[in-house]
Amino acid sequence: MAKIVVDVMLKPEILDPQGNAVASALPRLGFTFATSVRQGKRFEIEVAGEPTPAQLAEVEKAAEVLLSNPVIENYVVRVEK
Amino acid sequence: MRVGVVTFPGTLDDRDAARAVRAGGSEAIELWHGDADLKNVDAVILPGGFSYGDYLRCGAISRFAPVMTSIIEQANKGMPLLGICNGFQVLCESHLLPGALTRNSDLHFLCKDQVISIENTNTTWTSSFSKGQEILIPLKNGEGSFQCDDATLASLEGEGRIIARYVGENPNGSRNLIAGITNTRGNVVGLMPHPEHAIDTLTGPSADGLGFFTSILNAMVK
Repeated sequence: MAKIVVDVMLKPEILDPQGNAVASALPRLGFTFATSVRQGKRFEIEVAGEPTPAQLAEVEKAAEVLLSNPVIENYVVRVEK
Repeated sequence: MRVGVVTFPGTLDDRDAARAVRAGGSEAIELWHGDADLKNVDAVILPGGFSYGDYLRCGAISRFAPVMTSIIEQANKGMPLLGICNGFQVLCESHLLPGALTRNSDLHFLCKDQVISIENTNTTWTSSFSKGQEILIPLKNGEGSFQCDDATLASLEGEGRIIARYVGENPNGSRNLIAGITNTRGNVVGLMPHPEHAIDTLTGPSADGLGFFTSILNAMVK
């Protein structure tokens, strides 16, 4: 069983209040490494067997139509072994 | 005139929207998300709430409900369509309106009475107002920050498609203080604050919101 992962992130120019809140919470806890934090979504999709190119094309389509909003978000589809 | 009010699972403001429709002089017709039949309505309102629990993104699942297929088809032919709050989010997810509504800039859920100014009185839903008129209606949302790219913003501004702006401090981080927009045809309007909660002073902060529901009659009489 393989896992197809779709990562959805707000486009860089879109304000991310949640990421900003995390970025400002980190130093309060003594974590001083971050200059910026962006928060996104990760979808894990299981398919039977190795994903076929046709399945991956379908996932790309689903990512475009449903999983992301192309107006404000970018997505990346990959297969996790 | 028959105005449909859609109920999705998680819709909150359908009762108030139907009441506002009646107060505005029209007949309110209940529409169900799972039924593609629009019952011969002349116009449709997508009310506020948390349709499908706001899962994935606000409005993202509602967009694919059977009723939306019919609504999108009719709106593209010119049927008047008003989306309030979650309804505005559904309109953006449906690509009937440009841009997107994102998390309020300060992350807080807002619930307050808000002054907005009506900037465009040529749409089906704003003809009862005068240009520049300031009205007081409730604003209550967690994801009401209107965002779009620079080119979209320039065309919205250039074509006068921003129908209402917040007055005073920006409540949620919306670009150019945008509270509501319309499509190029002027039949589809999305608005983040809630006119249906301000149709009389017994239940709302003012009766200013009623204009959205009387405007629709002006449009039909013309």
